[in-house]
This record gives sequence, C-alpha cells and structure tokens, in this order.
Amino acid sequence: MNDPIENHRFRTLSGVPVDVVYGDGPEPGEFPYTRGVHAEMYRSRLWTMRMFAGFGTATDTNARFRELLAAGGTGLSTAFDMPTLMGRDSDHDWALGEVGRAGVAVDTVEDMADLFAGIDLGAVSTSMTINGPAPILLAMYVVVAEEGGVDREHLSGTLQNDIFKEYQAQKEYIFPPRPSVRLVTDVIRFTAAEMPRWNPVSVSGYHIREAGSTAAQELAFTLANGFAYVEAAVAAGLAIDEFAPRLSFFFNSHLDFFEEVGKFRAARRIWARWMRDRYGATDERSMKLRFHTQTAGVSLTAPQPEVNIARVALQALAGVLGGTQSLHTDSFDEALALPSEDAARIALRTQQVIAHETGVTNVVDPLGGSAYVEWMTDEMERRAEEVFAHLEDLGNGSLLEGVYAGIENGWFVGEIADAAYRYEREVNAGERIVVGVNAFTEGDDPSKRRLLRIGQDTEDLQLKRLAIVKQARDNTAVAETLAQVATDAIEPSTNLMPALINAARARVTVGELVDVLEAKFGTYVERVVV
Amino acid sequence: MSKSPEEVGGFKNHPPIRVVLAKLGLDGHDRGLKVVARMLRDGGMEVVYLGLRQTTETIIDAVEQEDADVVGISMLNAGHLTLGPRMVGALADAGLDVPVVIGGIVPDEDLPALVDAGVAGVLGPGASADEVVACVVAAADSRG
Repeated sequence: MNDPIENHRFRTLSGVPVDVVYGDGPEPGEFPYTRGVHAEMYRSRLWTMRMFAGFGTATDTNARFRELLAAGGTGLSTAFDMPTLMGRDSDHDWALGEVGRAGVAVDTVEDMADLFAGIDLGAVSTSMTINGPAPILLAMYVVVAEEGGVDREHLSGTLQNDIFKEYQAQKEYIFPPRPSVRLVTDVIRFTAAEMPRWNPVSVSGYHIREAGSTAAQELAFTLANGFAYVEAAVAAGLAIDEFAPRLSFFFNSHLDFFEEVGKFRAARRIWARWMRDRYGATDERSMKLRFHTQTAGVSLTAPQPEVNIARVALQALAGVLGGTQSLHTDSFDEALALPSEDAARIALRTQQVIAHETGVTNVVDPLGGSAYVEWMTDEMERRAEEVFAHLEDLGNGSLLEGVYAGIENGWFVGEIADAAYRYEREVNAGERIVVGVNAFTEGDDPSKRRLLRIGQDTEDLQLKRLAIVKQARDNTAVAETLAQVATDAIEPSTNLMPALINAARARVTVGELVDVLEAKFGTYVERVVV
Repeated sequence: MSKSPEEVGGFKNHPPIRVVLAKLGLDGHDRGLKVVARMLRDGGMEVVYLGLRQTTETIIDAVEQEDADVVGISMLNAGHLTLGPRMVGALADAGLDVPVVIGGIVPDEDLPALVDAGVAGVLGPGASADEVVACVVAAADSRG
C-alpha cells in the first residue's frame, strides 16, 4: 500500500480501495475458468490492443501499422485483399478490381517483407487473417523473419487458419474440406514442433456472427469447430496437451450487452469441461480458452456514422467485461469504406479510455454473481450443448464428422441465413430500433465524410511489383520447390510446411502454390442454400 | 409476415419480374445477397440465385437461359467502380437490354460514376425490403 502507483491503480476515481475479485465459487484462474483464465486478469496485464488493418500495397499497410503502434497499439493484425484470401495472384484474371481494395495485396515473400519493414517481429505479436492459403502465408512470414535475423521459435502471433468457418460463413475456401483440414493440422504439427509461441489456429465465431447467426449459434458453431480441430489433430498423431494450449479463439462482440458477456463466460466453461472430460487434457493450459474479440462490423450503420463510435465503445466494454485477451475496435466509417486513419485512431482511443479511465480493469469479472449474467451464461451453455448433440448425431459420435456433415448438407449456412433474415424482418417491421436507420433519422450529413479510397493505381503498382519479383528470381529454384510441394501434397503423412517454406524462399507466388495444391486437392463448390 | 406484392411500394399490378442475383468476383460476403433474395421472393419476384464467385460470362449465361429482367450484383469488396461498369458493358456487348442493380458498400460520391456507366440502381447497407423491391421494379421499368 506504500507504492503510490499501485495505491492509485486499484482504487476508484474517488479513492475507494477495491479488491481483485468479489463473490463465491471458483475464482478466476480456476477450473472451469468461467470468471477468467487468469487470477488477476487486467490488473497484471491489459488485453492486447490489436487493430486489424490492411489496404493497398504492402507499403501502404506498413505505414498504417506503424501509425497504430505509434498511437499505442500493442499488436498487429493483417487484413489481406480478396485475391490473396482466395489464393490468386494480383495478375490473375479474377483479381481485376479487387487488388488491394479490401485488404493488402500479398503475392510473394517480398510483399510480406515490405508489410513488416521496420517492425521487430521478435518483439511484436502479429495476427494474420488468412485461411484457404494460410500455410503459404505462414511460410512467407517465417522466411521474412529468417531473412531479417529472427528465428521462427521467437515469433509470436496467430494464424487464423480456421477453414471450417469459411464453408459455414466467410466463404473464402479454396479446396474441399478434408484436404483443407489436412493443411490445418500440418500447421498445428509444425508450430507445435518449431514455433512454441505461435497460435496455429484462431477458431473464429466472428464471421459466423457477421454472416447473421445468433450469439448462441456463434458460440456453439465455433466451439464445435474447435472440438473438430482437436479430433483432427489427435487423428494426425498429436497428443492433446502437445497442441491444445496454443489453440486460440476469436469472437464477435455485438450489441446485446449481457448476452455477449454471458457468451464469453460460457465459452470458457464449455471449453474447459470438454477438454478435460471428453478429450482427456491434463495440462491446464489446454483447458483455458483464450480469445480475441472484434466489435460487430455488421452492427455499424451507414447513416449518421459517428453514432457508431458509441456502438463500438459499448461492444468493446462487453468484450473486456467478458475477459478478452485481445481486442480490435471497429472504425466508425466501416459501413461506408475501409477505415480511414482518423477513424482507426478513434477506435484505438476507445480501447484506451476503457483501459485507463473507466476503472473496469481493477476487478476481475465484475459482472460475475449477477443473477441475470449467471443465468445468461448457463442459458448460452445450454443452447450450445443442444447444437453439439445435433452435430454428434450427424457424425455418429464424432464432432469432426458432424462438422463435415453439417457443411456438406448445408445445415450451417441454412441456420445462419435463417437467423439473418429473421433479424432483417424485425428491423423492417420496426420491431427492432436501429438508431439512425429506422428511427431518429434526422441529422445525417454526408458532406462531412472523409473516406479512404483505393484507386486503380494500386492495382497497377502491385502488378509492377509482382513482375519485378518474377523477373529477378531463379526459375530453376521455382520449378524445383514447386515440384516438391506437388510431391508432398499427395502424401498426407508428409507435413507440407517445409516444402512451402522452401518455395517461399525461392520467391514462388501465393497463386503458383495454390494452383499446384488445387491440382492435387480439387476445388470446393458450395451447395447453394438461399 | 411478408407483404403481398400489392402492399409493396411500386409493385402494383406489375408483370412478374425475374431477377438474377450473383456475387461478382472473389468477394465472399453473401449475407446481404441472401437477405435480398428472400426480400424479392417475398415481394413476389422470381429469383435466380447464382451465389458466389460468378463472372460476367456466367451471369450473362444465366440471364439468357432464364430470360431475366434485372441483374443484381453484390459487392462488399470496394470493386464496384471496376466491376459494375464491366457488368453493364458485358450485357450490352451481348446484346442484352437488362439493367444492373448493385448492392453493397458504395460511397455516395461514387454514385454519379455508376449512374454515368449505366448502373440502374444502388442499394446500401440498411436498405429496407420496400426499398429493395422498389429499386428492382424501377430498374425493370427502365428497360428501353
């Protein structure tokens, strides 16, 4: 109590000292971790303020990364453009009009190097939102670090690498589910052996929610996907405690405040119980569900966009009170365009206000013990368990097979589309108020908007960058490393990562690698459910 | 409950309208297009839903085979200034007088360029069912 800083930190604004946690029952940091994965949570360490950014060329995005770090951001998160997400090079026919528009264009390891130029990869943790071609982008990241003098074992970060939710919601799949899951488990095996500080999968409910699901569906589908990856990795020969501590999660934080908090608390409890009781984990770290949160992009409105700042603040607060490990706050202009620099800074500042001004970080799980929040937590768990039971039936006792079946028969996309339409009809009928859209609509002033624009010049520039790399590289090495990838692709017990790293080093492009894999694995075409 | 066509603005006593809906390009965000499909269907239209990863060629094939009155393309990839005019041009080159409606994230300042390029209508986030149906009806009525 003699330390004035400590003294100040754990008192209210008015000077009242507060305890680390209140209430009975299992404490934070104790199984089943409903109240948090750490005993002291934000008292000992704030969440990582990880802003998601990506647009234009790698150089453009690198400048935004540096701005965000200079403004107090504590982690990075990369948004790739559509061609990269789909494993197509910028000079592919299909890429026309989409290069650098909704994320950053990365074709080769040279782009990856420019993306992180001047940033110490041994010190900053990096997240990459990439799924279909995820192992390729991880290979490029490893090569960039290596060429910059940082060993892969010192890299810390997260690869989204969650292919199930692509078939269910985000729709950026390339290959059919089973070979795609082999790629996921190749990454899990590789990082378990060689990159101890890396999260090989970020099991993501975010996109499921954005596509229209309810909170309970987001929770249930995401955890079911997590269980499916566990079963796949065990089937690939890994022991549960070898890889499970590095599995991470990613949830949406939407507008119904207490529902969101209940969802986050339920997620931790369900994961802990299933990992211990069903999958036989004995390492506590395997039972602790760690997650990233992003505020709900879909809740942002195009009319009166400034009001979105309030929505984002409330959603971010729900994520913090739910015990998130890292947080992205959306920019208020995202229903209009990619985030402008000013809007991204306000979004980061919103997190800083919550962290440093509101005092909510002083006490762990301050909503725990509320009859409503505890009931909501139980209710979220109950609804999720119903979904797990359905998927187990579909898979004859296997969650992995159940998830495959639910993808192949269109169950997930049908459930999500139904929920999305239900919501739209409620808004349309005026049963649900959306401020600025179907009520309180006066006061919108489009003339005040300053939006981020990505022009055709970006595409032209990226095409030149790609041509330069292709001209300078050793084509023998390109052919040899591609041939090795093709050989390893048809042998499921061979891990593809080493061959992909060699190819990345030889300046092989994302699209060239995807073409080779696609020739072996095939292309997925979804069953249309409207 | 869904509204009958008669209750929906601008769709009274109108001959049936057949709409081809597609995602043009690589963008995978299909929530909005699926909602629009159901809104149009509930509004009494015939919807041909092509889904993801369509090209101008696959869309034109569908328009010809289905004898469609309107094409609706959805883009949340900021590619509308490239892909919108490309779709309009491809239909014209194929000799088809079929108006194009774009849905997605389209800044207001891009509207004049899209109108100049011959795009018949643009629907942004939050458009109501009435607005969606009225926009497609107006597009269908704009045929020469």
